[in-house]
Amino acid sequence: MQSSIGSSVENPVIEQETSTAEELDVPWQVVVHNDPVNLMSYVTMVFQKVFGLTKEKAEKHMLEVHQLGRSILWCGMRERAELYVQQLHGYLLLATLERTN
Amino acid sequence: MEFRRQQDCLEISELDPFLAELLRQVPESCNVEGVEAAQQRIFSAPAKDAEICSEWKVYVEPELRRLFHSATETVSADLEQLNGCQKPFANCTLRIPLENSDAWLNALNQARLAIAAKYNFTDGELCDHYRSPIGSRRDLGLFQVNFYGFVQEFILQELARGG
Repeated sequence: MQSSIGSSVENPVIEQETSTAEELDVPWQVVVHNDPVNLMSYVTMVFQKVFGLTKEKAEKHMLEVHQLGRSILWCGMRERAELYVQQLHGYLLLATLERTN
Repeated sequence: MEFRRQQDCLEISELDPFLAELLRQVPESCNVEGVEAAQQRIFSAPAKDAEICSEWKVYVEPELRRLFHSATETVSADLEQLNGCQKPFANCTLRIPLENSDAWLNALNQARLAIAAKYNFTDGELCDHYRSPIGSRRDLGLFQVNFYGFVQEFILQELARGG
């Protein structure tokens, strides 16, 4: 005897899987890189505006960029990370989107 | 040259003709057409991934171009005040409306980055604030980068002070 459910799903169309949910969920990070031209006060102001950071926290990230060459400003879903990078580029900071290890 | 904040604007007074001319050159200095190094810096890569970069060029770069162009247009309009300095060698006053301060910060930054990329200044040169008098176009470029940075610093300080 054949199940009635089986007959209703004959020849199902299986779309090609391009990425797994797990891959999509891999967090992305927004990294700001050192640039000898941008003013420290300007970079601090941008961090406050884009990420809503306090002045102290923004200065901490700015100094990290200045002294270590880069600082991770945000980590999370790709779409939002892209938006942050776009905003940072709008302020002419050197920012990139990186997949976390 | 004097900087002060007025009720609804940032005022740069006692602006001598040389510095006024440098300010007039801000919009022109933002133009990166034909200068590969400057274009690469202003429109820097968003990631190492080639696919992300190519999508970025199509969808994001045009938005950034519009934003940068809008900032330089605003600055150009404000700079028309300097054309009112009728007498040659007379000092001028420039008033930057507070609502245009973001556009000024952006355009000054575009100009600084474009000039620095064009002349490929080293970190040492950019930090040398005791450089000898201007003797070449390159020296003038470095002076512009420092002077525009000075104006940016003034705008940032006054905005922070004003809350």
